[in-house]
Amino acid sequence: MLRTGDVGVLLAGTGLVVSLAMFAWSGGQGDTAVIRSAGQIVETASLTHAQRFSINGPLGATQIEIEPGRARIARDPSPRQLCVKQGWLSQSGQAALCLPNQVSVEIRGRTTVYDTLGY
Amino acid sequence: MTRSVIELPVNADDRRIARLAALAIGLTLAEAALPSPVPGVKPGLANIVVLMVLLQYGWRAAAWVSGLRVLAGGLLMGSLFAPGFWLSAAGAIASLGVLAMARHLPSQYFGPVSLSVLAAFGHIGGQLALAGVWLLPSAALIQLMPVFAAAALVFGAINGVIVARLLATSALDKVVPQKT
Repeated sequence: MLRTGDVGVLLAGTGLVVSLAMFAWSGGQGDTAVIRSAGQIVETASLTHAQRFSINGPLGATQIEIEPGRARIARDPSPRQLCVKQGWLSQSGQAALCLPNQVSVEIRGRTTVYDTLGY
Repeated sequence: MTRSVIELPVNADDRRIARLAALAIGLTLAEAALPSPVPGVKPGLANIVVLMVLLQYGWRAAAWVSGLRVLAGGLLMGSLFAPGFWLSAAGAIASLGVLAMARHLPSQYFGPVSLSVLAAFGHIGGQLALAGVWLLPSAALIQLMPVFAAAALVFGAINGVIVARLLATSALDKVVPQKT
């Protein structure tokens, strides 16, 4: 019932479906983290490998931790710790802003699904 | 005054196409009653008939059956010339276009399953193209594409297996008596 070419067509079809799914459903995934201090971009880091940044603001150093596919503010001298409590950011458009210290991290991706996301 | 009578000569081919189209229309109506989790995802049972016609009577007959199916299906479901009708027509045209090329594939390697899967992808491709250009020119459609493509793959393969089995038993001969 199934001939050689049929198996090939089925496999190619499966490949098409998988690649379509990856293309269509990965758009919101971020691939770079843009780090700003006092509104100026100080660092643009790719989310491909783990790395840490220490950015100095008016209150002291803000630690930014990057892992493959996500980024977070690991430590910050701001009193309320809001940006630290936001945790890991991975979707394009998400941002964490440490206000008294004027440091922010914003995730950017291939497509921008949202202008910004905040919690 | 003499009454004028218009005679349209009907030959055996016309009758056969009409019968097969009626079969396809019946399947279209039957599957319209099936609930579907996502609007637009349907098994496409009428394509079984179209594919069997293609394999037994050639592309012209298949195009007639498919066209009549879309037209009469639209009439019977009350969606004639509504957006759904045009989507159906775009899918049927794209699918026939794909079949016109795919039927030249060497048949010892590519059986009904290949044709059915390719036609199903053609169908969904035509529909999505029209929907993307005309009805929903937005990114939302892209998010749904994998769902439609997966449905086309699964239902295309199932329909193809059904066609292969029916061809083996030549069930169509029972519906349409062959000229001997």
